[in-house]
Amino acid sequence: MFEARPAPSASNFLYSMTARLALFRPVEALPLRGTVNLQFLWTIRQSLCYDISMSSLSHLRALEAESIHILREVAAEFAKPVMLYSIGKDSSVMLRLAQKAFHPGKIPFPLLHIDTTYKFKEMIEFRDWYPASIGADLRVYVNREARDAGANPVSLGTSKCCGLLKTRALLNALSEGGYDAAFGGARRDEEKSRAKERIYSFRDQYGQWDPKNQRPELWNVFNSRIDKGQSIRVFPLSNWTEIDVWHYIHLENITVVPLYFAKPRPMVVRGGSLIPMEHGVIPLLPGEAPQMVMCRMRSLGCTPCTGAIRSEAGSVPQIIEELLRFRRSERENRIIDHDQEGSMELKKREGYF
Amino acid sequence: MIAAETNPESLSAESLSIDEFLARELNKELLRFSTAGSVDDGKSTLIGRLLYDARGIYEDQLDSIRKSKVNRSSGAIDFSLLTDGLRAEREQGITIDVAYRYFSTPRRKFIIADTPGHEQYTRNMATGASTAQLAIVLVDARNGVLPQTRRHATISSLLGIPRIVLAVNKMDLVNYSREVFEKIRADFLHFSRDFEFEEIQPIPISALEGENVARRGVRMPWYDGPALLEYLEAAPVSAATNSSPLRFPVQYVIRPNQHFRGYAGQIASGTLRVGDPVTVLPSGQSSRIASIATFDGELQSAHAPMSITVTLEDERDISRGDMLVHPEEQPHAARRFEANLVWMAEDPLAAGRSLLLKHTAQQVSARVHSIESRLDIHTMERKPAGALSLNDIGAVRIDASRPIFFDRYRDNRLTGAFILIDPLTNGTVGAGMIQSAIQRRALDLGHVTPEERYERNGHGPALLALANGPLALRLERRLFDHGCQVLAVAPGTHSATLYAAGLIVISPWFADARAIDLNRLPLPKDEDAAADAIMAYLEQNGTLATDRFSGGEGI
Ligand SMILES: Nc1nc2c(ncn2[C@@H]2O[C@H](COP(=O)(O)OP(=O)(O)O)[C@@H](O)[C@H]2O)c(=O)[nH]1
Ligand SMILES: [Mg+2]
Repeated sequence: MFEARPAPSASNFLYSMTARLALFRPVEALPLRGTVNLQFLWTIRQSLCYDISMSSLSHLRALEAESIHILREVAAEFAKPVMLYSIGKDSSVMLRLAQKAFHPGKIPFPLLHIDTTYKFKEMIEFRDWYPASIGADLRVYVNREARDAGANPVSLGTSKCCGLLKTRALLNALSEGGYDAAFGGARRDEEKSRAKERIYSFRDQYGQWDPKNQRPELWNVFNSRIDKGQSIRVFPLSNWTEIDVWHYIHLENITVVPLYFAKPRPMVVRGGSLIPMEHGVIPLLPGEAPQMVMCRMRSLGCTPCTGAIRSEAGSVPQIIEELLRFRRSERENRIIDHDQEGSMELKKREGYF
Repeated sequence: MIAAETNPESLSAESLSIDEFLARELNKELLRFSTAGSVDDGKSTLIGRLLYDARGIYEDQLDSIRKSKVNRSSGAIDFSLLTDGLRAEREQGITIDVAYRYFSTPRRKFIIADTPGHEQYTRNMATGASTAQLAIVLVDARNGVLPQTRRHATISSLLGIPRIVLAVNKMDLVNYSREVFEKIRADFLHFSRDFEFEEIQPIPISALEGENVARRGVRMPWYDGPALLEYLEAAPVSAATNSSPLRFPVQYVIRPNQHFRGYAGQIASGTLRVGDPVTVLPSGQSSRIASIATFDGELQSAHAPMSITVTLEDERDISRGDMLVHPEEQPHAARRFEANLVWMAEDPLAAGRSLLLKHTAQQVSARVHSIESRLDIHTMERKPAGALSLNDIGAVRIDASRPIFFDRYRDNRLTGAFILIDPLTNGTVGAGMIQSAIQRRALDLGHVTPEERYERNGHGPALLALANGPLALRLERRLFDHGCQVLAVAPGTHSATLYAAGLIVISPWFADARAIDLNRLPLPKDEDAAADAIMAYLEQNGTLATDRFSGGEGI
């Protein structure tokens, strides 16, 4: 069900400001490793202004323009759109693009967070202040029934747990809210079945995807015709890569959850994985105990199912630098994608994003 | 695609600092390209190889294909598994739908659409090709140019892709023979001589062995052209759209308060400056650009393909689907035009079919007036045809219910394109590229045709049998308000004459077999609701032109 949300109050706001000040030092103020050329970073920002003398747009600006076009198209043609807000870096970029698309107006649709209740505390804190601080209307939905029955990834297995707390919750939220179009921040470079998905991903009345029968999608002309009960998922960031997202966050100075930045955190080290112990769902093996490890999250999910990575990257440029040296994909630390070969496609067919 | 974004060596070898790297990234251009060619010619393998060599693949992804149960290739790694991401594709070893992949080199960022070769999935190929600036047409060196190669090259040409790489693949299987390559090259150049490609670059490759893919190989010393990746990095990305006439389709009206009324959209072509005089289509009203508002502040000018919001100096009634242009550079405005069409539905397209047409931000109802010709893929001749079947390419005449504002597709890939939607299934059934407006000719001086009446009235003639008198009156009023030529009459009136005149006639009953018996429809009790239901029904069966927008305008 949709969670009752406190109206933004003064104390909330106060929290948010202090949280913000404490957690987010501006990028420029962070000590960079190696030679730091602040002047240089500044030049980058400056050169970001649209320059009419440029014959074409740089790839980031071209991606931005494409995404804004998609956001506006959906807002114009659908009766009740909603934006799925997962609190992560992709959602943060999507949210900024929505601000840009409708400026100086407000974002003409609500945000929706599907809360599995296993998210990191820092994510929830961020969720509770950031969207409100930019005037967005956020709704939160929890599959209370499943949660009250004790759904968790250890007792149910990750696949069933996701099915109930994410997919089922999402489908319920969309139908209870009467939403006919839902934006998601998924990118095609994340996973091989995503690479196959249209920007407008048509879903039947059960929210299911039929990958073998997708509508042709030509140019930037989108077919928004659906029957009652059917809906579409829309992916404005389809053509962005992980690096594009970070680069844009850097250029635009977008605030993101501090979990992305390295600091010492209590982790259980098991094999090569760093397991956060926040919700205490994962049973400790004999002899295991959390220890402080310098690490960060590369992608944000539920605490029992998202591993951290060892990292020293404390700023966005450092994250980009780290990514450049990586040889492994971002979803590798997600347990759910690996349950089975082609498991993301199965989840999507069932209605997952 | 980090690994690809960079090339770890290049970071250290050139010893770029992260700052320098980011600065360089900012100047990168985007190049979108697609693959084309018959099934099994090696498209997916080539893209996999390209990603692998350009380091656009992560090790865990590579591990997972190494571990995969399927390997149809004769090499250690089946590279096609990198793009064939659906279960059905991996099981059947074919590509069903487009896969989009990304990689970059220090100069460019690439978006690849790896498309399916099977004829039955041609519409997915067209999807991938529609946004491409370059196409790699693959040919299996052993088989030469096949019908499907022709179909894809033709679609690539129709879709206005300016540059083609003719990649003659599997050279390893023909002993890297120069003769084989030259023969295929000559065949292809001959068959494509009438196409309007700006450039065709033939390259002999082996996708499996990586010969001439990321770098030049050693096995074909007779070839002195560029390797594929070299060519992709250097091929000109046309930015011609900035100097072309301004086309700004209004997508959305932003009205946060009484003082701000902004028109939002993505510039399809051209450049727009504050102070520019503009004409609003279709009303023809004129005004000037007062400001260009963006989240990042006001701009003095903007160009394609930026997404912006403009305000005008004067209050004008402008809504979604309208277009702003410079007064001296107006597009064509016509209800009737001729277009090339790729038909993408199972059921064949015959003349007379009513469909929805979506063009820029406007949606109108349209009829296919006639099918002028169908392209024979084997002979490359355009022949007269009564219908277009699935995946056929033809020339058609379209009658739209109201004028649309367009440029010829060859002049503008965005304002010259449209899609056709089946109002019953909601499927996207056609992709159209406008060739020209149809001028009225001497022929048009004859009798006014039913099509012309339809075009004028926005609806076809109909005889509606409806026994419920009050409802009949309500319906007459509703249709009249909708702009229809309508008359409710007593039974026995000369309905055939009224029908011929293009009217919608309502009466308790008709002797005419063309009558539609509304009495049989399960109608709601409430008269308003019943009239609504009938209106919806008339839209569905094509009597009424459907050009409503389903959503709100503005905030
Ligand atoms: N010997 C050889 N085999 C190749 C080459 N390129 C592709 N193949 C094989 O041809 C078959 C079809 O390749 P695939 O990439 O699926 O073709 P597609 O249908 O065009 O995407 C596979 O078995 C490949 O391993 C090549 O350069 N040399
Ligand atoms: Mg393939």
